[in-house]
Parts: sequence; structure tokens; C-alpha cells
Amino acid sequence: MVDLTGTDRAIRATHRQPLFSTSADRGWAQRFRLATQDVIDGFVLWRLCWALGVADVRLRYRGSVLGPFWLTLSTAVMIGAMGFLYADLFHTNIHTYLPYLGVSLILWNFLGSMVLDAGSCFTGADGLIKGTRMPFTVHALRSVVRDGIVFGHNIIVIFLLFIFFSVHVSFYCLLAIPGLLLWLIDGFALAFMFGAFCARYRDVPQIIGSLMQIAFFVTPVMWNASVLAGHPRAELIIRLNPFYYLLEIVRGPLIGDPLTFNMVAKAVIVSLVLVLVSALAFARTRGRLAYWM
Amino acid sequence: MTHLSSFNISVDFPLYHSDNRSLKKSVLGAAAGRFGIDRNQRPVVQALRDISFTLRSGDRLGLIGPNGSGKTTLLRALSGIYQPASGTLSIEGKLTSLLDSTQGMNMELTGRENIRLRGLFLGMRKPDIARLESDVESFAEIGEFIDLPVRNYSSGMIVRLAFAMATAAQPEILLMDEWIMAGDTAFLEKAKRRVETMVRHADILVLASHSSAIIAQWCNRVIWLEHGKILADGRPLDVFSEYLPPEQFKELIGSVRMAPPIAEVGSAERLQASD
Repeated sequence: MVDLTGTDRAIRATHRQPLFSTSADRGWAQRFRLATQDVIDGFVLWRLCWALGVADVRLRYRGSVLGPFWLTLSTAVMIGAMGFLYADLFHTNIHTYLPYLGVSLILWNFLGSMVLDAGSCFTGADGLIKGTRMPFTVHALRSVVRDGIVFGHNIIVIFLLFIFFSVHVSFYCLLAIPGLLLWLIDGFALAFMFGAFCARYRDVPQIIGSLMQIAFFVTPVMWNASVLAGHPRAELIIRLNPFYYLLEIVRGPLIGDPLTFNMVAKAVIVSLVLVLVSALAFARTRGRLAYWM
Repeated sequence: MTHLSSFNISVDFPLYHSDNRSLKKSVLGAAAGRFGIDRNQRPVVQALRDISFTLRSGDRLGLIGPNGSGKTTLLRALSGIYQPASGTLSIEGKLTSLLDSTQGMNMELTGRENIRLRGLFLGMRKPDIARLESDVESFAEIGEFIDLPVRNYSSGMIVRLAFAMATAAQPEILLMDEWIMAGDTAFLEKAKRRVETMVRHADILVLASHSSAIIAQWCNRVIWLEHGKILADGRPLDVFSEYLPPEQFKELIGSVRMAPPIAEVGSAERLQASD
């Protein structure tokens, strides 16, 4: 429909008439209401979040021949090299160790990248945040989408490993999917919490980076948790390690280790705590974020 | 009904990344000026103080004032980007803010990809995005550059693209900072016509600028900001007669005669003339 002045009114008619009001901070009721609204508005814009995440990955590899499949290739090369080295060092059978290491590393990279990217999800979008009113949820989702896409490319390596070493694959593997969904929720929550924290305190990203290095070594990624059996002191480092539970609920189904109720419950508890803390952090900081850019 | 009202809005910028103690001393020492202490005893810059005004359909507000008087901050606060330290803002209507020319654009993506992202941000589906794309393309007139990464654009081209994107989606409230002046004369004329059409739909424009000629042409109300406070609020020429030195004001009167201001809503003659 074109109106008198020749403008296409149909473009305007496509979206609803918004009513917007904001006011000075009035305490937690208002904070939670605004934070909830932000999350709802952000999910309504899921197409935008997806497009932004895809663009991030594509831009990183624009102009290269393999494109994002460089991710796949470099992961495969790393796992291959490390697998042979460590199998030799630890005197383990390469046929069982390499699939274990491959799955663990790829999953860890996904988890780790969500933790690390969470810190920059708001500071990296400062132009958008200061330029227009957009739900902060968009930036959090964008970072999860980006890491998810990278992980998607790496899944190919897992398939290749399973085929190459003829690992027994069954429907039990599909139980990894609910675990991965839980990870996505965790990544989303982390983005709010670390994103806000890193925007306010600019040293935090470096601290998170160092802590993740340590987490990598104290979590059974390259080694198997069973080596700690019988050493109660040493076992503490995995019993108190939230990453261990999160990693195990996805890795277990993939490599055919049984999932215990205990493990799943702990992973869910870790996630619940994370979501609650993030909700508090986001409600508290949402109105201040733009000032911290 | 489209409206925008700001009631006693104040905005404070916390001074985080600085030495708090010595700063506090100097802040407390400075009796006047714009430094202050917020509720939590942190030093702040008082960017805006008790800004109140109401805009209704057809209002085109110009913001004037020296550098650092709070024009851009006010635009950001009106966009809902900064939650105010006190006061209330209420808006009815679709709002687009053009605060800096590259805002919201990803410099590595092509113009077309940026238009698509904007469409998604506005909640559009494929057919609408296609329409948005062709509208922006024809208005911006940047030719084949539309398919090149934005970082290869000249600043004038970025302005064209940004303005086209912001106005193609037909905002009911448009907030613009002065960077729009980076466009050439032909583009400014075109932009003015577009704003004119917009305003005919009985919408709201808020424009911050140092160019009194542009403000006098585009706006029918002017707010003069100084040190974050409203110093004067009224019809453009009334405010300018106070704001500008006499000889510059005379020049302005001359230039207004050369290029008449945007027509008032409902002015029958101009509607016919452009149809």
C-alpha cells in the first residue's frame, strides 16, 4: 500500500507500535521486570542473534579457501598430534585413547570458548550498545550462537574419529543432546554474568583466561578420572570441580561411559546455581551496562 | 498518538577508571562545575540535570549548545540507552536513533548485509527485508558500493547508507546527531525532503547540531543546553536571537529566507506542490 506522499506504508505496518518508558532505578522489582522484558525481547529477535553469530564466524574466515572448515582441520591436526604423543607418554593404547582425547578436547574447547567469549559479549558490542537501544540478550545469544557454530564444525572430527577407530556407536550417544542443551543454557547465563562483570572490571577477562588454563589441567580432559581412584585427596579436585560434572554428562554418552543419576543431578545443580546468580547479576547491572562501555 | 516526554531526567556518568581518592578531593574542591557525588559517594560527572519537555506529533526539536553541553547524552537518554539517574522517560512510537554514522553497522560486512541485519533488528521477515533493501539502495545512491564491505566507503557514503537505513524503516520518532552534516549538499536536500515526508506523517524529530542554518530550516522548536541544563526552550529564531552573536543571527535570518523551513504539518500548498 502506497500512501499519498508515495511512501510505502507496508514497511511500517510490519511491526508493532512500541510503548517504552524508563525511569531511575527503583529497586529489585523494577530491575527484574526490566531484565525479564530484555530476555523476552531478545528471544523475539532470535533471527538477528543467529545472523550476527553466523556473520561473526563467516567474517573470521572471509576470503580463505576452506572457510570455517579450517576449524575442523586445525582441530583434527591438533588431536592427531597430541593423541600420538600422549598415548606414547602415558603408555596407553592409541585406539582407545585417541577417541577419548578427541571427544574430550572438542567438548572442552566448546565449553571453554563459551566461558571466555562470555566476558567480551558486551564490551565487544559497545558500538551497538551505545548506538541504539537493543536488548542485551541479543549480545549474549550472539556469543552462544557463535561458539555453537564453531562447535558444530568440530563435531565432524568426532565422527571421523569414531569411523577411523571403529568406535561402537549406539542410540545411547543421543543422550549427549540434552547435556548439550544444558550447556547452551549455561553459556547464555555465563554471558550475562561474565559479560557484565568484565564490562565493569576490565581485568577480569585476563583473570578468567588464566583460571580456564588451570581448569583445563585439573579437569579430566586429557586424563581419565579413574586414575584418581583411591586417592581421596586428589579426588577432591574433581569432586569440587563444576566443569567435571558438566563435561561428564555430555562426554559419557558419546564414549559409552554410563551416566549416573548422581552425575546428572550435580550438573543440573551447577547449572541452576549459575542461572540464578546470572539472573541476579543481570537484573542488577542491566541499567548500568551502557555506562560501562 | 506518538509522543515523547522527558520528566526531570538527570544523567550522571560515574568516573570509574580513574584515581578515586585524588579525584574526590578535586571534585569536592570544585564548588561549581559539573562534578558531583552520587548516592554511593562515588564521583560523577553530571551530564544532564532535570531535563523536562514533551514532544508531540509534528514537533521537530533542535538541540543546540556548546561542546559538552549534553546534546549527545540527551539523545542517548531519549533513545533509552542510558537509564537515567533520576526522572522518567516515556515514549510512544517507533524510535530510531542515528547517533553516529557507523552505529550498528559492522564495518567488515557489506552494505547489503548491514541492511539485512537492520531489517532483522526491526523484526522484519524476508519480503519486508527485500523491500527495505531496495528502498535503502535507491535512496542512498551509492551504486555498486552496496555490495562492498562498509570499511571501503567514504565517510559521505557511510552517512548516506546510515541515514537511508534509519529512515527507510519509517520511524515515528527520529533522533539524529550532527554527523548527518557530513553529507554533500545534494544529499542534505534529499535528506531534508525525506524528513519532511516523515514529519507529514505527524512524527517527531530531534536533531542535535552546531549548524544553526540547518536547525532553523529543519526544526520548529529549539532547546538550548548548557552544562547539562536547559537554558532556553522556544521557537527557533527566538532562541537563536539569544544564542547567536548579533551578526551571526543576521546571517541566519538571511539564509532562512534563501531556503525556507520545512512546512508545517497540514500546509496544503506544499502538499500539492510535492505531489
